[in-house]
Amino acid sequence: MEKQLALQMKGITKRFGSVLANDHVDLDVYRGEILAVLGENGCGKTTLMNMIAGIYYPDEGQVLIDGQEVVIRSPKDAFDHKIGMIHQHFKLVDLFTAAENIVLGVREQGAYNLKEVNTRVAGIAERYGFHLDPAKKVYDMSVSEKQTVEIIKVLYRGADILILDEPTAVLTPQEITRLFNVLRRMKEDGKSIIIITHKLNEVLEVSDRVAILRKGEHIATVNTAETDEAALTEMMVGKKVDLNIDRPEPMNPAVRLEVRDLSLKNAEGIQVLRNISFEVRSGEILGIAGIAGSGQRELLESIAGLQPLESGEIIFHNPKKDKPVTFFHKSLKRVKELAAQDAFHDVNLNGVSFRGMSNKAIRKWVESGGVLFREDEIMNLRNKTPLEIRELGVRLSFVPEDRLGMGLVGSMGITDNMMLRSYRKGHAGFLDRKKPQALAEEIIRELEVVTPGVSTPVRRLSGGNVQKVLVGREIAFTPKVLMAAYPVRGLDINSSYTIYHLLNRQKENGVAVIFVGEDLDVLLALCDRILVMNGGAVTGVVDARQATKEEIGLMMTRTSREGREEDR
Amino acid sequence: MNIWLNFLIDSLAFGATFMYGSTGEILTEKAGHLNLGIPGIMCMGGAGGCLVLNWIGKSALPPFLIVILGILGSLALAMLMGLIYSFLTVTLRANQNVTGLALTTFGVGLMKVIMSKMDATVYLVGPKQMYRWPFAGRQDSLQCLGVLFFLAVIVALCASWVLFRTKVGLHLRAVGENPATADAVGINVTRYKYVATCVGSGIAGLGGFYYIIDYMASQEAYLSLESFGWLSIALVIFALWRPHLTIIGSTVFGFLFSCSSFITNVSWINVTMAFKPVLKMLPYVVTILVLIVSSVRNKRENQPPASLGLSYFREER
Repeated sequence: MEKQLALQMKGITKRFGSVLANDHVDLDVYRGEILAVLGENGCGKTTLMNMIAGIYYPDEGQVLIDGQEVVIRSPKDAFDHKIGMIHQHFKLVDLFTAAENIVLGVREQGAYNLKEVNTRVAGIAERYGFHLDPAKKVYDMSVSEKQTVEIIKVLYRGADILILDEPTAVLTPQEITRLFNVLRRMKEDGKSIIIITHKLNEVLEVSDRVAILRKGEHIATVNTAETDEAALTEMMVGKKVDLNIDRPEPMNPAVRLEVRDLSLKNAEGIQVLRNISFEVRSGEILGIAGIAGSGQRELLESIAGLQPLESGEIIFHNPKKDKPVTFFHKSLKRVKELAAQDAFHDVNLNGVSFRGMSNKAIRKWVESGGVLFREDEIMNLRNKTPLEIRELGVRLSFVPEDRLGMGLVGSMGITDNMMLRSYRKGHAGFLDRKKPQALAEEIIRELEVVTPGVSTPVRRLSGGNVQKVLVGREIAFTPKVLMAAYPVRGLDINSSYTIYHLLNRQKENGVAVIFVGEDLDVLLALCDRILVMNGGAVTGVVDARQATKEEIGLMMTRTSREGREEDR
Repeated sequence: MNIWLNFLIDSLAFGATFMYGSTGEILTEKAGHLNLGIPGIMCMGGAGGCLVLNWIGKSALPPFLIVILGILGSLALAMLMGLIYSFLTVTLRANQNVTGLALTTFGVGLMKVIMSKMDATVYLVGPKQMYRWPFAGRQDSLQCLGVLFFLAVIVALCASWVLFRTKVGLHLRAVGENPATADAVGINVTRYKYVATCVGSGIAGLGGFYYIIDYMASQEAYLSLESFGWLSIALVIFALWRPHLTIIGSTVFGFLFSCSSFITNVSWINVTMAFKPVLKMLPYVVTILVLIVSSVRNKRENQPPASLGLSYFREER
């Protein structure tokens, strides 16, 4: 069967200021094929596609559709040429129904008739095997439903060329299979589909050809059947990359954090966590898998002291037996309290009480290292604020998923962001800037952060560098428990591996690491155990060395027994 | 007619001022622009209409033409203010709050200059009877419902119909909720913002004109106009961003605002004059109550447009 050219790009170039986003890119798309555009983050995949969709306008180059040169200046032009793009961040109006979103911007003669729209939407849905209620409001929809609306929106406009930007990033394995079936049906229907992704296994599964971009340049276009993961990666990164993630065996695991029967309602009164129980051990990485919004964020925030619990306990085991107490995290007041509870002993004396001693004398004694804990400290962190947790001497680090919202202050420099952890130190009301600055410089050096300087606002750094700054700060705190939510989201392969390596190093240092991830392949390769969540409940904990992706995928979608009992 | 019915009709008539103001502001806000220049725009709308009347008030033109020309003059000046606002906030992406406040200061001041230079016997005395059509000359309280009052009701109903029943309205609401989405489906965001802001300003300007020429119909009317601009913005929240609800809302506001003078007339309620200013804040208290209730109920449909107050720039990453 001879293939017909649908879309051609010739010498497309786009600059943002001094940054060259696309450098003379040539790309052909045929009718009835699925073309994968593969590349690391920041390689210009999305920019290139945005130029076909009319979001950006190329500085140089030509776009040809069916052999005719066209000018696409706006999304409307793109629709006129039957090009539709499904963006990574859905472009939907939350307040509107599915049908209202689909009909938005469609220029048709005749009255505005939602009923007719509903019938047509149902027709399209049936033809390609979607399920959609046209009258449902978008704010009530799951991510997968929203994506369905986006795809139908494009098809409703009669698009023949569909561009999907990272469509699988937010879906479960089962939803991905369903999406791929829909894409194959569209391909049989003669449509051209361009799918942007950086997941190699998906490229191999669904595409006919792969175009690889690197640093804004088009490296090659190959037939999927004639290539493999290693070859694609090499083209994508420009050098051979070891795709294996190390997984050292846990060393002397001991329970570090226990969560018992934790339940939580959010501000709207919806039950977001139900009876969650698990434990994290030192020297291991516990992965948390689940569809986005299954309660992962709330769980980590509860442990970090950011959410008022409905019920449950969070028990922290501090391995302090026979170790000296320090002022590093404990205040004088707290040390006195502990002494009153007979928590310390001395090498020479049997017990330690500071009765009748001056603060200065106590301080001197503690700083000499002579005051030792009798037993491991066991503390309940339930309903403690982050500051209280810190004052208890619990070294808990949290890398939140919203890096620039919760983790760092975007308009401040690296030094100032380091000080968010140490602003309480310093003398007589003045801040100590020297140590944070030294730390900032160390992080830039050690983690190879690309930045003009320590005072450049972190907002201006790329995603990978922002993440390195955040993870670097949290690790510098020498945590006993390190919680990281989606630490590699939006990062390219190299940066991702840097982060995996950092987490592994923490694990070897005996830190209990909690890693919330979305890529099951990574979770299976990096973690020791994986806890699966669904609808705010734990559906199981599996050994990552033996579990399969399908097994976890099923656990992510089925309703847990506890959950169902709760609903009744 | 009894005193209560008179009072209701008076509240309706008074409320038409805010009906215009908040219908205009709702259109603007639905496009994602918080226009705090409404008080200034209402003042300029009043000044524009009076300027035209000052020019043709004593001419021999047929009354309906004088009425229409007055309205057009009011629309023109108010829409010019809207155009300045849109140019600054849409094209230059200036801060909406600052721009709006500046326009208010500018509009109120300029209106006072213009009004003080004109002769009330020309622009007011003759034309005010023409604007009282169809009830001109009646002795009961119906006489205060004029052509501009009915226009206000029609405009409010039409605005609701356009916003919630037509495709143009759907597009406009999409622009205010999520301009990036609207842009991606080929809606001309800039044009919608400009048109909504200018039309909204024109409508608001009529409110000022109505207040000066019809409701108060006095030489000093313009001095108190600014405060009703602020009341109009409060009414937007009270009406939950639905123009047809401003008809009810403006009557309630009119009632609450004028009940201070009403109550002192009712024999069986004993209120001292010193208490009057306290009563005048009632509309704002009610607005706060509505805000509390709608926040507690937390229904998505009753919230302000999601991108209200934010500038939109397509290539921003």
